[in-house]
Amino acid sequence: MSQVLFAETPTKLLTQEFGRVVHRDPLWARILLIGTASLFVVLLVLVPVAFVFVEALSKGFSVFWQAINHPDAVAAFKLTALTSTIAVALNLLFGLAAAWAITKFSFRGKSFLVTLIDLPFSVSPVISGLVFVLLFGAQGWFGVWLQQHDIKIIFAWPSILLATIFVTFPFIARELMPVMEALGHEEEEAAVTLGASGWQIFWRVTLPNIRWALFYAVILCSARAIGEFGAVSVVSGHIRGETNTAPLHVELLYNEYATAAAFSIAAILALFALASLVLKAMAERWITTDLYSDFIFRSKT
Amino acid sequence: MLTVIPIHLGNIHKKFGTFVASENVSLDIRAGELLALLGPSGSGKTTLLRVIAGLETQDSGSVFFGEEDMTNIGPKNRQVGFVFQHYALFKHMNVLQNVAFGLQVRKKKLGLSNTQIRERVLELLDLVQLGGLEKRLPSQLSGGQRQRVALARALAVEPKVLLLDEPFGALDAKVRRELRRWLRLFHQQMAITTVFVTHDQDEAMEIADRIVIMNHGRIEQIGTPEEIYKHPASDFVAEFIGNGGPVPGPAPVYLDAIPKIKEYEVEA
Repeated sequence: MSQVLFAETPTKLLTQEFGRVVHRDPLWARILLIGTASLFVVLLVLVPVAFVFVEALSKGFSVFWQAINHPDAVAAFKLTALTSTIAVALNLLFGLAAAWAITKFSFRGKSFLVTLIDLPFSVSPVISGLVFVLLFGAQGWFGVWLQQHDIKIIFAWPSILLATIFVTFPFIARELMPVMEALGHEEEEAAVTLGASGWQIFWRVTLPNIRWALFYAVILCSARAIGEFGAVSVVSGHIRGETNTAPLHVELLYNEYATAAAFSIAAILALFALASLVLKAMAERWITTDLYSDFIFRSKT
Repeated sequence: MLTVIPIHLGNIHKKFGTFVASENVSLDIRAGELLALLGPSGSGKTTLLRVIAGLETQDSGSVFFGEEDMTNIGPKNRQVGFVFQHYALFKHMNVLQNVAFGLQVRKKKLGLSNTQIRERVLELLDLVQLGGLEKRLPSQLSGGQRQRVALARALAVEPKVLLLDEPFGALDAKVRRELRRWLRLFHQQMAITTVFVTHDQDEAMEIADRIVIMNHGRIEQIGTPEEIYKHPASDFVAEFIGNGGPVPGPAPVYLDAIPKIKEYEVEA
C-alpha cells in the first residue's frame, strides 16, 4: 500500500479517489447532473462575460481604446488600484494576525472573534457603506469634529478605502484559518526548541508552509476589492475623475447611454477577474499538493 | 562533547480544563540515563515530557536542569533536543537545511560561519548514518530515515537533554525493532540524559535504564526494567507490564560496534 501511495503524484491520487465516487452513480444521473451544471455555468457566467467583450468592441477598437484612455477612466482605474492595493495590504496584515491568533492559541472570546470576522460576509455592502456615512458624514457621530479639523472622509478617497477594507475584511483570515489548522503547530514547536525567535519561526517555518494559501487569499481579496461596488457607491460621492472608482465609472457611463464606453471599462475589469481566476486555480493546485504531501508524509511509514 | 546533567522535576501540576494531566509529579532523572515514561494514553507522560521541554507550562511546580532553575525559562532558551512523534521536519527544507536550522537561527550568537555549520551538519549526518542524503526533502525519505533526521536536528544544537515523544510510534514493526536497538547503542555513545515517552512496554523494557510507569497523571512506579518486572508496585503495573512479556533488561552493549541499520526505502 505504501509503495502505491508513494509512486502516485498527490493530485492524481485525489482525482482517482473522486473518480471512484462519481463512477458509482448511474450513467443517466451523471449526464443529468453534469448537463445541468454546465448549462447554468454557460447561461449565467460564460454568456454574460462574453457579452461584455462583444459590447465593448461593438463600435470598433478605437472607441474601446478611447474609452479606457479617457482622463476620467484613467483616474478611476488609478483610484481603484490605489484603494485596493492599500486595502489588500492592510487585510493581509490583519488576516495573518487573526488566523495566527485563532489557530495557534486558545483564549477567551475566540469564537466571538471568528463570528466578527465573518460579519462583512453577512452584511449587505450598501449597509456597510451607510455605517460609514452615519459615522463620518456631516450629520454623523464624528461629523462635526471632522469638519472642525478640516478632515474629509466621506465623499473622498479615505471613505472608499475604509469601505473596501470592511467588505474584503474576512477573505484572508478565512482562507488561512483552515490551512493553518490542518498544518498544526508541531513544526513551530520544533523550531522554538531549536532556539528560533518568533520572527525567525514566522519567516522560516510558518510563511513557507502557508505561502500558496496566502497567495490564493490575496488574489481573492484583490478581486473583491477591485470589483467592490455597493459600499463604495454609498460613500464615494461619484465625483468624476476624483472619487469615482472603476466599477462606479461603469455605472456612470452606462447611465449616460455611453454603452460601448461602459462596457469597455467593464471589459478591463473582467480581464482582471479572469486573470485572477487563472492564478487562483494555480494556487489551489499548489495548496492541495502542499497539504497532501504532508498527508503522505505522515501516513507513509 | 556534551555536558551530562540530571533533571529534577518538583511537584509538577498541570490541568487542561478539568482534566488533570499531571498531579504533583516529582521525578529525578539521573545524569546520562535513558529513561522511559511508560503508560497508557492519557496517563500524562507526554505532558510531562513537554513540561521538561518548556512547550507546556505547568500550573505549579519546578524544573531544574542540574543546578539551573528552568522553571520560568521558555522552550527557546532551554537547550533541549526534542524529537516529535511525527518528526515535525520542515517540509520545505532539505535534510541539510533541517539539521542546520538550530545553528542557523543562532548563527551570530554562536559565531559560526556557514561553512562551519555545513561541516558540523555533515558530521552529524554521518553519525546518524544519513551521509549522502543531505539534499533530499523529507518527503523523499523513508520513515526510519526521517526519524534520524529529526534526531540529528535535535542533536545539532548540542542539547543538555534529549527528549523523544513516541520515537518509534510512526514506524512499522520491523524498522522499529532495528531502530530501538540502534537508539540504545547510540545513547550509550552520546552519553546524554535522555527521556522518551512510549506506550509500548516491550520497547521500554528493552532499551531503558529505568522506567517510570504513569497512570492518570501520577507515577505508579519508578525502577529498572528488572525491578518493575519482578516486583510490580501495584495491580496496575502488574497488569500493564503483563507476565507473558519478554525477559527484561537492555541488550548487551558493544560500544565499538554500532551496527549499520538496514534501509527500508520505498521503491519509487
